[in-house]
Amino acid sequence: MPLLVRNGRVLDPAGKTDALLDVLIEGDRILRVGADLRVNSAEVFDASGLIVAPGFVDLHCHLREPGQELSETIETGTRAAARGGFTAVCCMPNTQPVNDNASVTRSIIERAAASASVRVWPVGAASIGSKGGALAEISAMKAAGAVAVSDDGKPIATARLMRQVMEYCDSLGLPVIDHCEELSLSAGGVMREGPQSVRLGLEGIPAQSESVCVARDVETALLTGARLHIAHLSTLRSLEYVRWAKQRGLRVTCEVTPHHFTLTDQDVGYDTNYKMNPPLASRDDRHALIQGLADASVDAIATDHAPHHPASKDVEFDRAPFGITGFETALSLGLSELVHTGKIPLMRLVELFTAGPARVLGIERKIAAGQPADLTVFSTTHEWTFRAAQSASKSRNTPFDGRSFRGAPMATIVRGRIVFRR
Amino acid sequence: MLERLPHLLGIESLSREQIEFFLDQAKPFQEFQLYPLKKLATLRGKTVALAFFEPSTRTRISFTTAASRLGADTMALQAEASSLKKGESLMDTVRTLEAMKPDAIVMRHSSSGAPHFVAERLEIPVLNAGDGTHEHPTQALLDALTIRDRAGRLESLNVTILGDILHSRVARSNIHLLGKFGARITLCGPSMWVPREVEGLAPQVRRTFSVDRALEGADVVMTLRVQTERIHEPALAPDEYIAGYQLTPERLRRAKPDALVMHPGPMIRGLEIDPAVADGPQSCVLEQVTNGLAVRMALLYHLVGGPPADAPHPAKD
Amino acid sequence: MRVVEKRQLLSAEEISRTLNRLAHEIVEKSGGAHHVALIGVRRRGVPLSQRLAVAIKGFAQIDVPVGTLDITLYRDDLSTIGPQPVVQSTNIDFAVDNRDLVIVDDVLYTGRTIRAAMNGLFDLGRPKRVRLLVLVDRGHRELPIEATFIGQTIQTSDTEIVEVRLTEIDGEERVMLVDRVS
Repeated sequence: MPLLVRNGRVLDPAGKTDALLDVLIEGDRILRVGADLRVNSAEVFDASGLIVAPGFVDLHCHLREPGQELSETIETGTRAAARGGFTAVCCMPNTQPVNDNASVTRSIIERAAASASVRVWPVGAASIGSKGGALAEISAMKAAGAVAVSDDGKPIATARLMRQVMEYCDSLGLPVIDHCEELSLSAGGVMREGPQSVRLGLEGIPAQSESVCVARDVETALLTGARLHIAHLSTLRSLEYVRWAKQRGLRVTCEVTPHHFTLTDQDVGYDTNYKMNPPLASRDDRHALIQGLADASVDAIATDHAPHHPASKDVEFDRAPFGITGFETALSLGLSELVHTGKIPLMRLVELFTAGPARVLGIERKIAAGQPADLTVFSTTHEWTFRAAQSASKSRNTPFDGRSFRGAPMATIVRGRIVFRR
Repeated sequence: MLERLPHLLGIESLSREQIEFFLDQAKPFQEFQLYPLKKLATLRGKTVALAFFEPSTRTRISFTTAASRLGADTMALQAEASSLKKGESLMDTVRTLEAMKPDAIVMRHSSSGAPHFVAERLEIPVLNAGDGTHEHPTQALLDALTIRDRAGRLESLNVTILGDILHSRVARSNIHLLGKFGARITLCGPSMWVPREVEGLAPQVRRTFSVDRALEGADVVMTLRVQTERIHEPALAPDEYIAGYQLTPERLRRAKPDALVMHPGPMIRGLEIDPAVADGPQSCVLEQVTNGLAVRMALLYHLVGGPPADAPHPAKD
Repeated sequence: MRVVEKRQLLSAEEISRTLNRLAHEIVEKSGGAHHVALIGVRRRGVPLSQRLAVAIKGFAQIDVPVGTLDITLYRDDLSTIGPQPVVQSTNIDFAVDNRDLVIVDDVLYTGRTIRAAMNGLFDLGRPKRVRLLVLVDRGHRELPIEATFIGQTIQTSDTEIVEVRLTEIDGEERVMLVDRVS
C-alpha cells in the first residue's frame, strides 16, 4: 500500500522547497509531491505541525561490527540512527578486522541487509590495516559498495600516502576522508590543551595537532586537485585552512560534530563521557565552528557516533578510550544550539544533515518524484529528555544523558518504510 | 564548627575557612607528636585502607603512622603486588577493598582524577594522597601549617615555586591554597614546564624563567622535586637544570633574609637544591615531615572520627 | 523540648567562697602543695583551675603550675555524638611524671569525662598521684570515680542539667539547675 505523508512542512534545501505539501510514496520511491494529493487508498502519516525533510545522512559513525559487538552491532547502531532521524550512515573502517578489502565491505553490507534499520554505507580503509603502508583494495571495495575512503581513528599516515590515496581515489570517484591529527603533537594527550587541562592535571592535546594535519592535507589537495573531506573538524585554525581551500576553488569539504558545536573544554572534568578525539575545544573554537556552520564553510554535521562498552569507559580518565555516542541527540542538539538560538536558519540545519553530506559523497538528497523514499520527519517544538539508559545503542557513553530538548525526530522513513516513529 | 566533608579530593574546591579550620585542627595534633606516649584510642576499631597505586614511601608511612597514632588499623594495598598488574580494573580493586569494610580509603594514583572517580562510586570517605599531575592536598595543608608557624601568617606572602610546575601536583595544590590567602605567586622553571596557562590557577600568579628574578623579595621558596621516574617532556639534562634553576645559597640571598625554604621530598641534594640550603637555617624540610603527621591525623579524625555523616542525632540529648 | 531554669545552686559570691575553701583543702591535704599541679579540663575546668592557683598563691605563697587538658580525642562517645567535636589544644608545659595532679572540672556526673581526662594525662607521663576536684557533684555515676575535693553535692534527676556559668566563658557568674521539659 502506498504511504502518504500528509500536510507536513516540506523543507528541502536541494530543491529550495519550503511549503506545506503531501508526499506520496510507493515502494521505495517518492511517487509524487504536491499540495492536497488525492489518493484512493494509502497508509497516511499525518505530519501536521511537523517538518518533512530529505532523509538525514551521517557521514561519520562507528558501528563496531565486525569485531567489537559488545559495544555495538549494525543492528543496534542503525536502530539508534533511525531514532536520531538518520536514513543512511557511513561507517568507518576501523573495525576488527579493518574494512580494507572487498570481503569485509561485502560482509558489512550483507549484515546490514539482514539487520539494519537504515542504509549502511561503508567507508573503506585507505591503507591495508589502516597502517599507513600499502594502499588497501580500494577499487574492489568500491565495487562492493564502499562510498569513501579513510584511515579513520588515525590520520592517513604521511603526506606521500595522502597524495597517492587522493590521486587514486579521484580516479575512482571516491572522496578521501581524513581524521586530521599530527600524532607527534597529540601523543599522550587526553583533552584539549589549555587552562582547563592544566587545572585538571590532564595531558593536553594542542589545537594545532589538528590544524597542522589539515594544512598538510589542504596543501596535498592543492598538489593533486583531488577531493578531500576533513572529518570532525574542531578548531578555528583548521576551519581557516578549509576556507582558504574553498576560496581557491579546491574540492575540500569538512564536517563538524554536534558535541563540538555544543560543548567546550570547560565542560571536561573527570567524566570519561567528555573524552573524545578530537577533544572538546576552546570557547573561541566552538564559536568559530558555529560561524562556519552558518556561513557554509562547514558542509555537514556528522555524529562521530563512537560507542564504547560501559566497562571500557568506566575507568580512570587517562585510561578510557576516546569517543561518545551521538545518533539520538544530533538533531536535537542542532535545533537547541543552532536554530532555537537564532544562529542558523532551520533550512540551513536541514541542509547540514541532508544535501551537505550528500554533496560530499557526490550524491543527491531531495524530495522529488522518482527519488528514493528516504524522509526524516521531525518536530521543532516537541519537548523530551534524553535518557542514555533507554538508548537503542548498546553503549551508554554520552555526556548528554538527562539533557532536555525542544525538538526531536518524530519518524524516520527508509526506502518507503517507517523504521522509527516516536 | 565546620560541616563535615564527605571526602578530601583537592584544595581547589575548599574555602579559605575550611582550610583554616583544618590548620587549626592540626594544632593539637602537632602538640601530640611531642607526647612520650603517642597512641590514642580515638579511632579504635576503625580501619583505614591505604591504596597506593603508585610507589610512595614517605606519604604512605606518614598516613600509616597518622592512622596508627589515632588508634585505627590500616590495610595496605601494595601497588606492585596488586591485581592491577593482572589487569583488574581500578573499580574492581577498590570494590574489593571496600568489601573488607574499611572506614576510609587513602588513595594515591598516577591518573589525575582517579580519587574523584572512586569517590563517586564508594560510600566511604576518600582522601587523596596525590593524583597524577593534579592535586596533593595534604601536602599543601602541611606546607601551609609550616608556613603559618614559621612566618606567623599565611596572608599576602610572596611565594616562589621552582621546578616542573606543569607536572607537579604539589605545585597545583599549593598554588590553589596560597592563592586563597592572597599570595603573590611566582612560578619559575624551564619554560616548557611553566606554560602560560598556569597563571590562571590563582589570582596573582606570574611566571618568569629567570631564577634570580623569581627569588627577588620572596617570603617562601618552594623547590619541587625533579622527578627521575616520571618523564619530563622534553627531558632536560641535569646539568642544564642545575645551572639554571638549582636553589643555591647565592641565589637564595635575593629572597628576604628570613625566607623559608621548603621541599616536598624526597629531595635530591645537588640537583634541585644545594645541600647548604637544604640543611641551612631557612630550611623547613623536617618540620614539613612532622607537620605532615599532624595534618593527616587531623584529616583522618575529621573524615573517620565520630558518627557516620548520616547518623541520626542520638535521642538522649 | 524546652529548657527551663529551676533554681540557682550557687551565687557568684558562693562560687568564690567555695573555691577559696577548696584551695585551702588542696594545700591541707597535700602536705604543703609543693608538688601539686592543677589540670583544668576544657572548657570550664580551665578558669576554675586558674582561680584556684591564684587563691593558693594568695594565702600560701606557692606557685602551683596549671595545665589545660582537652579530652576530645579520649572520649568514648565519638561514634554516637554529632556533630563532631572540634579538637583543641592540651597545654601542659610541665612534666607530669611524679607530680601530684589535681584534675579540675566544673561538674561531676557520669564520670566519663574524668575517665577520658585520666587517659589523656597518662599519655603524657606517670603522675605520682591523681585526684579530682569538682565544683558540683550531681551524682548518677556510670564509672567507679569519686572526687576528693567537692564544692557542693546535690541531688538531681536524670532530665536536669547543672549549668556552671563563669565570667571568663559565659559572661555571668552563677550555677543554675535547669530542666528539660517536653
